[in-house]
Amino acid sequence: MITFDDVVKVYPGGSTAVDHVSLELPTGKMTVLVGPSGCGKTTSLRMINRMISPTSGRVLIDGKDIAGQDEALLRRGIGYVIQSAGLFPHRTVLDNVATVPVLLGKTRREARTAALSLLERVGLSAEFAKRYPAQLSGGQQQRVGVARALAADPPIMLMDEPFSAVDPVVREGLHREFLRLQQDLGKTIAMVTHDIDEAIKLGDVVAIFRQGGKLAQVGTPQELLTAPADEFVAEFVGRDRGIRSLSFDSAAALPVADLPGTLALDEAGRPTGWLMESGQVLPTGGTFTAADSLRLVTDLAISSPVGIAVRVNEEGKADGVVRHHDLADYLAARRAS
Amino acid sequence: MITYLSNNSETVLAALRQHITLALIPVLLGFLIALPIGYLGVRFPWLYHPLINVAGVLYSIPSLALFVFLPVILGTKILSPLNIVVALTIYTVALMARTVADGLRSVDRLVTESATAMGYRRLRRLFDVELPVALPVILAGLRVATVSNISLVSVGALIGIGGLGQLFTRGFQLFYIEPILVGIILSVLLAGIADLIIVLIQRAVTPWTRVQRSRA
Repeated sequence: MITFDDVVKVYPGGSTAVDHVSLELPTGKMTVLVGPSGCGKTTSLRMINRMISPTSGRVLIDGKDIAGQDEALLRRGIGYVIQSAGLFPHRTVLDNVATVPVLLGKTRREARTAALSLLERVGLSAEFAKRYPAQLSGGQQQRVGVARALAADPPIMLMDEPFSAVDPVVREGLHREFLRLQQDLGKTIAMVTHDIDEAIKLGDVVAIFRQGGKLAQVGTPQELLTAPADEFVAEFVGRDRGIRSLSFDSAAALPVADLPGTLALDEAGRPTGWLMESGQVLPTGGTFTAADSLRLVTDLAISSPVGIAVRVNEEGKADGVVRHHDLADYLAARRAS
Repeated sequence: MITYLSNNSETVLAALRQHITLALIPVLLGFLIALPIGYLGVRFPWLYHPLINVAGVLYSIPSLALFVFLPVILGTKILSPLNIVVALTIYTVALMARTVADGLRSVDRLVTESATAMGYRRLRRLFDVELPVALPVILAGLRVATVSNISLVSVGALIGIGGLGQLFTRGFQLFYIEPILVGIILSVLLAGIADLIIVLIQRAVTPWTRVQRSRA
């Protein structure tokens, strides 16, 4: 666990970057620090590996004040991923990843062997090992950045806007892979972003900062969306927070109706489209399973040509439908309860 | 010219050897001295401008004046090769200190920051990350310093020690074109070869600068 205990950072010149922040980043979880620019989120992140020292207050890792620890040794135990990766241009991908193990005294050969398996872990084939960073796309560089941070298997990872320099499509893919990776690894992660959607998607805990380095609210994404502490948080999490909060609700409890005759099925019982009166068959536009979120169901019901979302079982066989007025009733009843 | 060469091969070879020694020892010395000075200009940013100003002034001192005054300052004999070595070392330092500082300053801040965050201590970061990344800039400066030293050695002939430059003075004294031609050709060749060697070293040690930028 990383603990901020009444931390203040005042820069020479008098500007307050972090103003009496107390915060706990739980072990094995991903905590996202988010807020507008100049809110102190990056300053806070960098106090965890002592790139910046607090003016007053303490930062503790597992209860131990880091102020007394050797800076370089502390940092070798904390992975660090920076915006646009910050890879070493003069080293191959493999040697970039091997950096921290070599600093920790591993032989180059050992470190490289380990680095090679890490590359695979982040979705890069061995053919990238001998390339230089300049030969990689932004997304590939970012993967190498993540592999480099993971190389010494540190319990803690700091990520400073790690996905902001890549285009939205690539970012989407990196998010998915990163979540999968984190599920396996269970690192204690602190990540900074200015993108609240990214924070809500990736964070187990989200800490929203406001201008002047004050903490506005700390909570799970769902808590922030459903119960914002004040106007600033409500505004910051966005206008469509209602629909987005549905992402956290499972469709498992949603009652379904029997399959209507107008739903065309193939021999295996998989939906193929909607039979229209004109004789046309229109695509269903997608299906959901009981494991999906209410947000997906809502989206399917609204975008379906007949206003009906189709549920399928694990084999892809249609086993029920939800009409959008039934969905609206369900959501209203859920709110009332 | 061939006859001149075959009759005077020993003189020419001795001049060539002296020329190489007088030009390259200062390159090495100057480079080694310029490294810490250039680093200081980056480590303490307020030092950078005073540093490049002093370097600029030093570099603008005419070489002949330096050759003549150094014996007075150093207490060396006027004919000591040490004068040439010291003078050219000063030029190399003046040129290279700025190049080293500029090279180190050209290293992307994100790169040095991430090195620090990985757990590099300052000195190891300098040798493992900053200097290697600055090498293309530093080696470009080294090429200029080397070629400039090779041409400046000849000026030393005017005070009696100047490698191939002595072939010029002899030619002028004897109204004899051959030694002058041989001197010119050899010093141009020498400069070209030295430059080529540095380019080859650069290609060998900075392979990452030549990779094609693919955006796959």
